Amino acid sequence: MNYSERLQNVTVLGAAGKMGSGILLLTAMEMADLSLKPENKGKEYVLYALDISQKALAGLMKYIQGQVLKAAEKKAVALRKVYADRKDLIENCEIIDQYVKDVMNIIRPVTTLESAYESLIVFEAASENPDLKVKIFSQIEKNNQNKPWFFTNTSSIPIGYLDKEAGLGGRVLGVHFYNPPAVQRLVEVIKASATLPELSEFVSQFIKNLRKVEVPANDFAGFIGNGHFMRDALHGMAEVGKLSKEMPFVDAVYIVNKISQDLLIRPMGIFQLIDYVGIDVCQYIMKVMAPHVKDEKIHSPLLDQFMELGVKGGQHSDGSQKDGFLKYEKGRPVGIYDPDKKAYVAIADIAAKCDALIGPMPEGFLPWKSAVGHPAKDDFFKKYFMALKVMDSLGAKLARDYAIRSKAIGLKLVSDQVAFSEKDVNTVLLTGFFHAYGPINDYLN
Amino acid sequence: MRKKVYLVGGYNTISMGTGRKEFSPKKERPGLEEYIREAGQGVLKQIGGAANVDECVIGNFIASRFNKQANMAGFFPYIDEGLTFKPCTRVEGACGTGALAVLTGIKSVLAETADVVLVVGVEVQNTVKAIYGADILAAAGWFKERKDGHAYFFPGKFSDRAGAYYEKFGKEKTRKAMARWYVNAIENARLCPTAQEYHNTTADLLAQGMAEPNPKGFVDNLNVFDCSKVSDGASGIAAVSEEGLKKCGIDKKDAVEIAGFGQVEYDITKPPKDPTKLETTAAGVQKALQMAGITKDQLATVECHDCFSIAGIMAVEAIGFAAHGEGPDFVSAGHTARGGKIPFNTTGGLMGWGHPTGGTGVHQAVTIWEQMTDRAGKAQIEIPKDKPFGLSINMGGDDKTLGVMVYKKI
Repeated sequence: MNYSERLQNVTVLGAAGKMGSGILLLTAMEMADLSLKPENKGKEYVLYALDISQKALAGLMKYIQGQVLKAAEKKAVALRKVYADRKDLIENCEIIDQYVKDVMNIIRPVTTLESAYESLIVFEAASENPDLKVKIFSQIEKNNQNKPWFFTNTSSIPIGYLDKEAGLGGRVLGVHFYNPPAVQRLVEVIKASATLPELSEFVSQFIKNLRKVEVPANDFAGFIGNGHFMRDALHGMAEVGKLSKEMPFVDAVYIVNKISQDLLIRPMGIFQLIDYVGIDVCQYIMKVMAPHVKDEKIHSPLLDQFMELGVKGGQHSDGSQKDGFLKYEKGRPVGIYDPDKKAYVAIADIAAKCDALIGPMPEGFLPWKSAVGHPAKDDFFKKYFMALKVMDSLGAKLARDYAIRSKAIGLKLVSDQVAFSEKDVNTVLLTGFFHAYGPINDYLN
Repeated sequence: MRKKVYLVGGYNTISMGTGRKEFSPKKERPGLEEYIREAGQGVLKQIGGAANVDECVIGNFIASRFNKQANMAGFFPYIDEGLTFKPCTRVEGACGTGALAVLTGIKSVLAETADVVLVVGVEVQNTVKAIYGADILAAAGWFKERKDGHAYFFPGKFSDRAGAYYEKFGKEKTRKAMARWYVNAIENARLCPTAQEYHNTTADLLAQGMAEPNPKGFVDNLNVFDCSKVSDGASGIAAVSEEGLKKCGIDKKDAVEIAGFGQVEYDITKPPKDPTKLETTAAGVQKALQMAGITKDQLATVECHDCFSIAGIMAVEAIGFAAHGEGPDFVSAGHTARGGKIPFNTTGGLMGWGHPTGGTGVHQAVTIWEQMTDRAGKAQIEIPKDKPFGLSINMGGDDKTLGVMVYKKI
């Protein structure tokens, strides 16, 4: 069975979710592109969008249609060639319209698992619950006669565990897209020890066709992305713990969030990132990782405390940010949660005194948005960190400690053989987290 | 000219689109009727009101698709009730529409059916995304060629011309000259408050202009900076006789005289004989200069149809300022810049000021009128006494419908 045949019948599990909908979109377009090749004329391509909620599926179809339209508008130049033999399609608008129809015709929204029993590939993007994943995989495996390939979007559960528990005989591979899959270029690919090589070969081709960046990671809870992020977040929360002994909690959160964004020139501060991913999701990922990590404690009492208070972060279905550690207005942080008062304190009221504590910005500072596209980026960061290195302020000290810790986390991922190289760690942070520089660098040496 | 004809009372709206600070594709914008009204009233105010107007001509390429609107002549009484029951005509010649509108006005004066003709040119194109706008604008070519054409049909046509030109005369020097053309366009536009690129603050325009074309997303031989943008805008002007000037109470020094024109056409179903030349443009220019009885060396300024930078360079050659193949050298030497031998497109042209297709030919006439009557503000150039002439070239389609005019400073 070649690449194109393998993609003739696919199921996406959890298709209406945040990750599932993106994976469905990408897969649907890849399948449609294959179906439109002259050699595949007449072959049937079927993509089951499987989710438990009819209502969510209705919303999903609307979302997919809008996204395919946008994508078609962008690739109109190529689509004119694809439909060159269709004399009835002359104008861009007719061609774009036809492409949207052709993609939508492949997708079948369904609510019952039986559809997956005939698929050749099962893309799983259900919730991050090991027992649930094992249960679904076993059931499909038992009823599907095609010996299907299972691709799981888990960001933390070891693939070998799923393989063993569900009895998949090596027909499972971790294919971890980043949020949102339609936009983010990074895909972490995780082989279990028994994973069959043909699965990885197929996925490499798939990722290449989607014009994304593949980074291999070892089958170790959290892999590279969350392996770094969770430890990075724990460091930030520990710093808040220390600072809180001398100042109010909200001031400490403000300071650590600010230095992890501005002084480290990252796209967002660590507490905003935790909110973006979701406090609940972070807590869950740590819970999944913890038993597999022997030499470190992957657990945060602060996350537990916030969960108990019902402050969870994450995103609304329209993609806007829910309140978490921070309160948001139009996507910008405007407040910080005080767990004692159970209320948000306005950032405007504390910013001035905290900024004074942080101290001045290092010479040559540029915000992330400007630095990320700097034509001589490496030189810029060398000079920037040189300036940061000799500064005596609280902010500079916290930022240096943060950068050093971030590098140590990266190096440990390599020495623990979670990542195959330092470059892979940096690639994950650069493409998956939009950092302007990799954590493993010599800027502070 | 059998009779003296003057242009007076020019008015341009802002050329609205990406680049203007006030433009947002998500915000609601003025429609066709607002642009027509603003430009029309802008002229009427300068010529003593609607009562002085004998006829009206509106130039519009394709509102029938951009705005689902036809019967454009009906908007004249909307400009001013005083235009009710006056003869109004709509003309169309794709991107060359504006010059046809002005020429139609001039001919009415020549035919003595009118002493004062109000001319307006308009297009409102930001109603659709560029990829669909490309479908609409493709109507300037032969529809039977559409199927085999590029998604961006007209950029595709001029990309092919640019490719042929690279091959014949060298890619490097041509691309450099195209980038220089872009620099001139933006620098001139920065001097004109109604220009679409008036707010442009890019520091290194030359480097931007030199960006390598990206055939995957766009066309083979042009980058986006080689192209005019999508614009909404309108321009108005009045074509008047001697009597008309008196009727409107306008001093001759506030008018520009039409010294000659050349209106020529080429078969829309035929490809250009030589893709590295604008032969119809050349024919139109020759005819206009001949009618005016002057040579190119008496021109003080030119407004040419630089829908694409390569078209600007080819126009330089079509007028005869440079030999075939040497247009790029002429442009790179700075001869077409505002301080050069012959300043081209002093308010930015199509690439800098904007290209509201049906309005462009009228905008060109307004710009030359401004330059010849000392009204160009910061964009003003000096018009030497021994070179009192200006030239405008307005092109419809791929060098098909040409309206060329020679203007004389009074």
